[in-house]
Amino acid sequence: MAFLEIKDLQVDYATDEGVVHALNHVDLELHQGETLGLVGETGASKTTMAKCIMRLLPQRTGRIHSGKIIYQDQDLLQASDQEMRKIRGAHIAMIFQDPMTSLNPVLTVGEQIAEAVENHRHCSKAEAMRRAEEMLELVGIPAQRVGEYPHQFSGGMKQRVVIAIALACDPKLLIADEPTTALDVTIQAQVLEMMQALKEKLNTSMLLITHDLGVVAQNCDHVAVIYAGEIVEYGTVRDVFKRMSHPYTRGLFTSIPQVNADVKRLIPIPGMMPDPTQLPAGCKFCTRCQFADDRCRREHPGLYPVEGIHTARCFRLEKGGSLT
Amino acid sequence: MSEKKTSAAMCEKPVDAIVTGVQSRGLWADAWRRFRKDRLATVGLVVILFLVAVAIATLIIDWATHNAIYDQYVIKQNLSMKLAGPSLEHIFGCDEYGRDILFRLIWGTRYSLFIGIVSILFALICGGVLGAVAGFYSGWIDNLIMRVMDIFLSIPSMVMAIAIVSALGTGTFNLLLSISVPQIPRLARIVRASVMSVKDREFVEAARAVGAGDALIIFKYVIPNCLAPIIVQASLNVGTAILNIAGLSFLGIGVEAPAPEWGSILNAARTYMRDAWHISIIPGLVIMLTVLSLNLVGDGLRDALDPKLKN
Repeated sequence: MAFLEIKDLQVDYATDEGVVHALNHVDLELHQGETLGLVGETGASKTTMAKCIMRLLPQRTGRIHSGKIIYQDQDLLQASDQEMRKIRGAHIAMIFQDPMTSLNPVLTVGEQIAEAVENHRHCSKAEAMRRAEEMLELVGIPAQRVGEYPHQFSGGMKQRVVIAIALACDPKLLIADEPTTALDVTIQAQVLEMMQALKEKLNTSMLLITHDLGVVAQNCDHVAVIYAGEIVEYGTVRDVFKRMSHPYTRGLFTSIPQVNADVKRLIPIPGMMPDPTQLPAGCKFCTRCQFADDRCRREHPGLYPVEGIHTARCFRLEKGGSLT
Repeated sequence: MSEKKTSAAMCEKPVDAIVTGVQSRGLWADAWRRFRKDRLATVGLVVILFLVAVAIATLIIDWATHNAIYDQYVIKQNLSMKLAGPSLEHIFGCDEYGRDILFRLIWGTRYSLFIGIVSILFALICGGVLGAVAGFYSGWIDNLIMRVMDIFLSIPSMVMAIAIVSALGTGTFNLLLSISVPQIPRLARIVRASVMSVKDREFVEAARAVGAGDALIIFKYVIPNCLAPIIVQASLNVGTAILNIAGLSFLGIGVEAPAPEWGSILNAARTYMRDAWHISIIPGLVIMLTVLSLNLVGDGLRDALDPKLKN
């Protein structure tokens, strides 16, 4: 059985410009101990998905229309605020995109880690502080620095602190929302390597949100490609990378520079993401797709199997055919 | 080899000492260390502490001598010394009834300082809670609180103070109330604005993501991050409050007449400004020095409480 199961999730943002359809009937599964990569371009509602699982959507505008998020036989969308507070941090933790702003500037890093511990465990301040030192060591920061403030750390170190906070209560699921986007490439590799190692050590499952396919290839077991609030392709990393079956996935790959190929120009995906307040009626990708025909503009495609659990949302796969 | 060892051992010890030193210092101890580096702020703090000490000393003296010194030097009129200029006997000279200005200033400290500071503290607590609730929860609560505050703001503070004192009668507590109530909406607005700017920062969301509740977020994440503007505003407002007390005393509804309140000395001196400059200049300078010191302390605190300006 799946460890975390998202069923038919539909989320809207009510804004002055109209209703933004952020997530449209999303189904997703995450298994114990696995890393699921969620890939998509800016504005594809990757972060909305993460915040939805944490129930941290902006209260005024965000609205969950329908769907279930089942975690350990409990629907998180039905949980009370009280129950949710116990789940956040202790069961599901989140790493935010920008380590520069996700630490409280007036508390020492030790206090911040200790606080995450105190929220969930009834222990003394001293014990929590010891745990904080332990966590710092675990993410590769000397425990002596426990009394320092966030501004005394570099970007990569701050992200390590953020990871230490997230892991302080041994969560079962870690949601990492573009954890390395704000870091440079060398630090990125270090942080990802460390996250991978910690994940294996603590047997945590992970939802890794990113727009970097290289990160997915190195860290994930499964990958879901999301476009305009819809999963357009899902499968194991190996299957999806070997046999990309949705024109959008393919577009993503062709727009990455390759070291061994000698090309003058990259091939971008033409056009822009559709306005999320006015999504096209048929396939959401039809306005940018080179294969689109009348049917794509009229009808909305379902997920068709490619091979095994590998599925993609494209009519061209309807009869078991391949993309080309 | 042995040399190396000893040097290594020598190196280790101080490092350890520094490290434990860092660990044991909290936010406030750290702020204090930074505050002391600010010379002007330290001078301001010394002046304020000195004035507080003077005020407490006069209270003790009055209690010990059953107001003997108060009656003899502060209240008793001596018309032969009327408007006498500064001399060795009376360093700051005498006022229009021949009372020694130095004594009157010393005994007047309690009114300005205590009422000023206590009234702003009271306003800060009320305004702070209202502003924090309004800013943090927004929505209809915010609207309700802030519209009421707007109504309060539309009444000039002096008029409101007069209204409160006339309705409740004169007296120290009523004076305190009349000074503090008009300041509540001003402080509430500032607290609300800072809370709103902080509550949407990512670290607040991050705190929620590890399961922190509202109370914890407000007290540990939001308030410490918006203390700086609040402290500066509060210290400035103490100055305003001291001036307001003086104004009310002038109108005869503040501190009662023979009591040596600074503002009332200053206002009484207005008539004699051409003949006896010292009566108005000296209390004016004392008020200025007090307000200036408060502002310096406020500025110093702002810098000291911001860990980013550390070292």
